[in-house]
Amino acid sequence: MAKGKKKKEVDDRFKRFGTVSFTAISKVNDFVDYLAQGKVMGTKCKKCGTVHFPPVADCAECLSSDVEWFEVTGTGKLVSFSKLTYGPVGFEDDLPYAIAILDYGDYKVFGRIDKNIPDEELSIGIAMKTKPITLPNDQLSYVFTKA
Amino acid sequence: MERVGIIGVGQSAFVRGYPGSIRELAYEGFKEAMEDAKISNGDIDASIVCSAPEYDKQRSPAGVIAEYLGLTPQPTFYVESVCSSSSTGLKVAYSMIKAGLHDVVCVLGFQKMSEISSAESQERMGRGADIQWESPFGTMMPAYYAMYARAHMAEYGTTEEDLALIRLKAATYGQLNEKAVYRKPVTMEQIFDPERPPVATPLKVFDCCANADGSSCIIVASEEKAKAFCEKPVWIRGLGASSEPVNMAARDLFTGLNVAIEAGKQAYEMAGVGPEDIDVAEVHDCFTIAEMMAYENLGFAKPGEGKELIGAKETYKEGKIPVNVDGGLLSKGHPIGATGGSQIRTIVLQLRGEAGPMQVKDPEIGLVHNIGGVGLYGNVTILGRS
Repeated sequence: MAKGKKKKEVDDRFKRFGTVSFTAISKVNDFVDYLAQGKVMGTKCKKCGTVHFPPVADCAECLSSDVEWFEVTGTGKLVSFSKLTYGPVGFEDDLPYAIAILDYGDYKVFGRIDKNIPDEELSIGIAMKTKPITLPNDQLSYVFTKA
Repeated sequence: MERVGIIGVGQSAFVRGYPGSIRELAYEGFKEAMEDAKISNGDIDASIVCSAPEYDKQRSPAGVIAEYLGLTPQPTFYVESVCSSSSTGLKVAYSMIKAGLHDVVCVLGFQKMSEISSAESQERMGRGADIQWESPFGTMMPAYYAMYARAHMAEYGTTEEDLALIRLKAATYGQLNEKAVYRKPVTMEQIFDPERPPVATPLKVFDCCANADGSSCIIVASEEKAKAFCEKPVWIRGLGASSEPVNMAARDLFTGLNVAIEAGKQAYEMAGVGPEDIDVAEVHDCFTIAEMMAYENLGFAKPGEGKELIGAKETYKEGKIPVNVDGGLLSKGHPIGATGGSQIRTIVLQLRGEAGPMQVKDPEIGLVHNIGGVGLYGNVTILGRS
């Protein structure tokens, strides 16, 4: 076998998250695999039971890194939203789009609203679902759809 | 108890595209503060340089700026809390003086936002959010504050017209402020011009402050030095600071800023005063909704009643609680690291009776509300004539 530097494997799965990802490596890289399987997942601390969305690898409350995944299911209430006419570099093709927050009770989810929903059907308090999607550039994300 | 006073204040004009380097920009605010304090470089024991680093090409700007301002070999270092960097700098200066480490400290805030291209700047702004979980959705500062605006409207019936009244007030005073970047009058028709699409619903172009280049400088001294150097020192009476999760999903309040409520509480308690004692205030109006929430978070109005306060013009110069009578960020522009120092300068000039056409009648106690990021860092400072 020829001698040479062995290329170190880098687990940079997180770079597939969102239209443009600004993070490549994270201890919660599995989040991206779950998205590919059609699941939006958060984490729950096995020691104190605190649920986290977005998921965390470490629980600052009890200093435990023993966490388990749970799926974001059911509906959340629309807390607020805003439709952007201007976007950052790299997001021009997506415009216009709306960002929003859903409240699931034990946790909240930040994301985008499905473009197919007409503006007049959006109002604070309506029930919405979080749905995993694959973007045209093969990136993975999720959108909020009507419940 | 030993007090800490402000003995000199200065700021550059806030402009689009400053024709000079960052050290030269910093010099403008410094020169004005030094002439105001009537002291020499050797009287300053330490300097704190405040800005948001993502706009600077220079790595570790404190050293370069201290050199240009003749503040070596005294200690210098850099402080950052984005848009509230120079309020944080003031707090650190206060702490160093109270600890007895130094007697006179220079707090220098600056930002040359035009140091990088507009596109680069937009991209960096977006990264002021949570880059792992929010930026991948294409977030922008106006859209975050817009979500607060929509929540405030849904909860309290606040309207886009109510927010527009805040911009009209800003423009009224911006025209009087020779340091402001935006000095033109603004009308309701312009604000609601159907030809201009909203930046991020429900916020429109005139709901947003503009980027600018600028510097500010505050010279802080121990009670003994303040009395020796200055005829009219302004005293730091209260300091409050707080932080909030960056990620919106981890927040529980969208009709106000928790950091402002908490920092305000701390500052009022330390100063031994309440909202009713404040004679003039500077609040962080990066967006009109931010000023509306500040009224309520600082106790100038009950939650949801900010619209009545502006509707009755109570935050104008002649009103019950004059707010941003220098034009605010909306008119002055918002050179990130320089903004807090500019707000502090305005209140110091007001308390000294030197605010010219913007002067309110005989104020005793003033307040500065300076927010970093989208309610990420909150700083409230209370200043007094005695």
